[in-house]
Amino acid sequence: MSLLNLTLAQASKALHAGEVSATELTTAYIKAVEELNPRLNAFITPTPELALAQARDADARLKSGTATPLTGIPIAMKDLFCTAGVRTTAASKILSPFVPPYESTVSAKLKAAGAVTLGKANLDEFAMGSSNITSAYGPVENPWKRTGSDAKLVPGGSSGGSAAAVAARLALAATGTDTGGSIRQPAAFTGIAGIKPTYGRCSRYGIVAFASSLDQAGPMARTVEDNAMLLNVMAGFDEKDSTSANVAVPDFTQALTRGVAGKRIGIPREYRLDGTNPEILALWDQGIAWLREAGAEVIDISLPHTKYGLAVYYIVAPAEASSNLARYDGVRFGAREDGHDLIDMYERTRAAGFGPEVKRRIMIGTYVLSHGYYDAYYLKAQKVRALILRDFQQAFTQVDAILTPTAPSAAFGLGEKMDDPVTMYLNDVFTVPASLAGVPAMSVPAGLSSEGLPLGLQIIGRHFDEETVFAVSAAIEKAAGFNALPELRAK
Amino acid sequence: MSLDAATVRRIARLARIRVDDAEVETLQSELNAILGYVEQLAEVNVEGITPLSGGAQMALRHRPDQLSDGGIAEQILANAPDRVGNFFAVPKVVE
Amino acid sequence: MATYTLEGRTGTWEIVVGLEIHAQVISESKLFSGASATYGGAPNDHVSFVDAGFPGMLPVINAECVAQAVRTGLGLKAQINLESRFDRKNYFYADLPNGYQISQFQMPIVGTGTVEIELQDGTIKHIGITRLHLEQDAGKSMHDQHPAKSVIDLNRAGVALMEIVSEPDIRSPEEAGAYLRKIRQIVRYLGTCDGNMEEGSMRADVNVSVRKAGEPFRTRCEIKNVNSVRFVMHAIEAEAIRQIEVWEQGGEVVQETRLYDPSKGETRSMRSKEDAHDYRYFPEPDLLPLIIEQSWVDELKAKLPELPDEKRARFCAEYGIPFYDAGVLVADQTTADFYETVAKGRDGKLAANWITGDFFAALNRTGASIETSPVSAAALGQLLDLIADKTINGRIAKDVFEEMVETGAMPAEIVEKKGLRQVTDTGAIDEAVTKVLADNQDKVAEYKSGKDKLFGFFVGQVMKAMQGKGNPALVNEAVKKQLG
Repeated sequence: MSLLNLTLAQASKALHAGEVSATELTTAYIKAVEELNPRLNAFITPTPELALAQARDADARLKSGTATPLTGIPIAMKDLFCTAGVRTTAASKILSPFVPPYESTVSAKLKAAGAVTLGKANLDEFAMGSSNITSAYGPVENPWKRTGSDAKLVPGGSSGGSAAAVAARLALAATGTDTGGSIRQPAAFTGIAGIKPTYGRCSRYGIVAFASSLDQAGPMARTVEDNAMLLNVMAGFDEKDSTSANVAVPDFTQALTRGVAGKRIGIPREYRLDGTNPEILALWDQGIAWLREAGAEVIDISLPHTKYGLAVYYIVAPAEASSNLARYDGVRFGAREDGHDLIDMYERTRAAGFGPEVKRRIMIGTYVLSHGYYDAYYLKAQKVRALILRDFQQAFTQVDAILTPTAPSAAFGLGEKMDDPVTMYLNDVFTVPASLAGVPAMSVPAGLSSEGLPLGLQIIGRHFDEETVFAVSAAIEKAAGFNALPELRAK
Repeated sequence: MSLDAATVRRIARLARIRVDDAEVETLQSELNAILGYVEQLAEVNVEGITPLSGGAQMALRHRPDQLSDGGIAEQILANAPDRVGNFFAVPKVVE
Repeated sequence: MATYTLEGRTGTWEIVVGLEIHAQVISESKLFSGASATYGGAPNDHVSFVDAGFPGMLPVINAECVAQAVRTGLGLKAQINLESRFDRKNYFYADLPNGYQISQFQMPIVGTGTVEIELQDGTIKHIGITRLHLEQDAGKSMHDQHPAKSVIDLNRAGVALMEIVSEPDIRSPEEAGAYLRKIRQIVRYLGTCDGNMEEGSMRADVNVSVRKAGEPFRTRCEIKNVNSVRFVMHAIEAEAIRQIEVWEQGGEVVQETRLYDPSKGETRSMRSKEDAHDYRYFPEPDLLPLIIEQSWVDELKAKLPELPDEKRARFCAEYGIPFYDAGVLVADQTTADFYETVAKGRDGKLAANWITGDFFAALNRTGASIETSPVSAAALGQLLDLIADKTINGRIAKDVFEEMVETGAMPAEIVEKKGLRQVTDTGAIDEAVTKVLADNQDKVAEYKSGKDKLFGFFVGQVMKAMQGKGNPALVNEAVKKQLG
């Protein structure tokens, strides 16, 4: 069997058993990247030499007995994590020359555990998007194809590069960030698993900010177990992030075999939106049946304000983004366009440096915060956000976890749904509510559409109860037995 | 509430993004589509609801008053598009 | 209290003033980063990635800055808000790295309070405090370092400031000056701000409007960044005169930001109209609500130093000195401490007289401060002791003091070395009196024929003969006795 087909857990075992070296494993992945990245564009900046150096260190650690379960594991780093000495672009032109002199906490933890970084993965510009088409470094191609079609599909977004890399075997796993669905939706589109942990679980220090009150880092990998192994390392209190929670990190892999017997699973009736693809609804019903068979109690619940989630999100996230992105002004770092005075320099720099979607969101965000509109838009959205959180809190008095579809459709074609921004935003309809409430949520591949594309189910848990999310996700994974592979993949 | 072209220009100026006339038109229709979509929040009754501004529900942690950073001027300036000595440089501001 | 007014062509105008004082918090490190908050430093040396607004950098609040704000609030007898919040104030400027300033807009850490000011004529007035909030300072843009460019130093960026906002209770330049000095006195006592206006660690934005008596408020203008008490007073007057002229010429005062030009003694408009500001405040999502415990506030309160008003009242009660003198002595903590060291266990009035009289005069003359004064509190205390135990008399004490100023020696040493000890030996005094009377028989005759005034002459001659060391009471007595 090709080294590339090992899961992270299997690779870890093989590395520790000395059956394979980190250098061999890394070399295989570097070759895979060389072969397929020109087509998929999953990496903005591959770093093969750095990866090999890290692999050599990993081999030394494996020999000396100081290795961790992630030592020697080649991963892709979403290019939103600042990496010391390695260019970090956030997929934006405005950061094209930016080389951070510091390392994000999450990437530092992975490094310290001995993980090998293959490069910086592509994404939607500043993580704003659901299809990875807004990247200034070109779109990412989904390695999956519709049966009998060669049309290019999007990998979802914003962590589209991470998702495509993992699915196509260009990386064993990847880091992602999720603001409104940016880990879960691309995971669903590419047939892999990914978890957005509880807000505050992973430090945001050193992650280029999109919307501060929503951004959360998380892993993306081929199995639920792989995700648990990664989150074990990525999670944890960080005094450099005031919103980081000082909560103990359990060994998430321990939760995988808990099963769901006796667990109460909520099915929110409001997620059965009019016009939802019947295939998606059928998969959801299948998921319900699997959990019931595994001994869970399925309970009908109500999240009445869920339907306002997207509207709230498209006020709150742009508002925070408009402010977070004010620092890109051509003064201290990044690209600059000359101007005849300071204001002219700002306006030209930002006009040239930001793509259309980022500009739209900055504009909307600026507008909803501006004098005379704050109460009607931003304050109102914050109040509805409080109601959405309350919905979840009430639901979690009755149930242990909630099951929903991850996305309203399978991966769509490059160029589809691009007529207006709102159609594109609807992709996040199922993922946004958990982001607004700050609760953990995972997407697990659960089946294929009639066109042969992967579909995901989403498991939502209580604040800081990722363990139940992993337990339920593992049960779904086991029942689904998803083993389909994308057409484009390194072998 | 619907944005007119003048408002689009004002917002662009506030956001320090240069827009040309053609862009104003596109932005106007796109922004209005988004605003039209979020209009649905008007129907939600939020009387007596405390706005939720953050993602985490806890109190702010404090750090001790210790000198633990700085003294890295070269790193601070390493990415600067323009500098004069150890200062950042920008087009001259006339006050 | 005399009402301050300005005479215009159309009648009498009064002025309405409110102050926003920006006071830099005394702390080791910045409000949200661990970089040095110390003034100065090589360009961009006191800067962390957080201060420079680098991607992914996050603020973490400095506990001491919070404590300093609470202490100041307590000193202003203001309400301390156990829950407050930080907001972002969004605007672009080259020395504002994030494109926003972290400030407290909706929920400041300190609410309403009050400050007592004393005017020249002794009137006491209360000025309301609206709020005090914590915020970040910006960096510094310099426009004269390069012919074609402005350059930026971020050493100040992120240093903690307290913005202290007054009610529009101030009605004259004098009141504004007294208020500003009082705030400076309080923060200095508290050790929360050094009050140094030259280095910019304290500066004021001044809101000025004018009105006819009995009218509601008219439009105000804000004069930004005035950096001395004197300039604040001048700026208010200049701006009030300008506004009166505008109104009287049938014009309308426009609400705007202005700058005071001390060299011309006038204010001028600062920002063009096209740049109307819209700060888009919203809650800072990188920070959580700032919650403090009442018990912690109580702890800080218990450890607060005695403030000038209380100290002044105590000095009056404890040492029996006049209210005015007490005010002079509590002007700053160092003077107050100096006084108390001297006065403790001694005649408080005498101590006050010596300090406000000869001691201050000596400092003035030599250009020294209390800290650098050649006369220590212990030395001055010893001098008072020498007077009290009659080792020297008051006249000699003045000479001893001058010697102390000159040489820095202790008074007892000077008295010994120069043999200035007061003579209380009645034999020696009688002897001196006898000689003086004998030498001035003509004067004695005049005295006896009714020229009483000559008594002082004889005493003076005796003291002179004794080189000033005679005990004045004993000398008096002896002269009286011998003249019969």
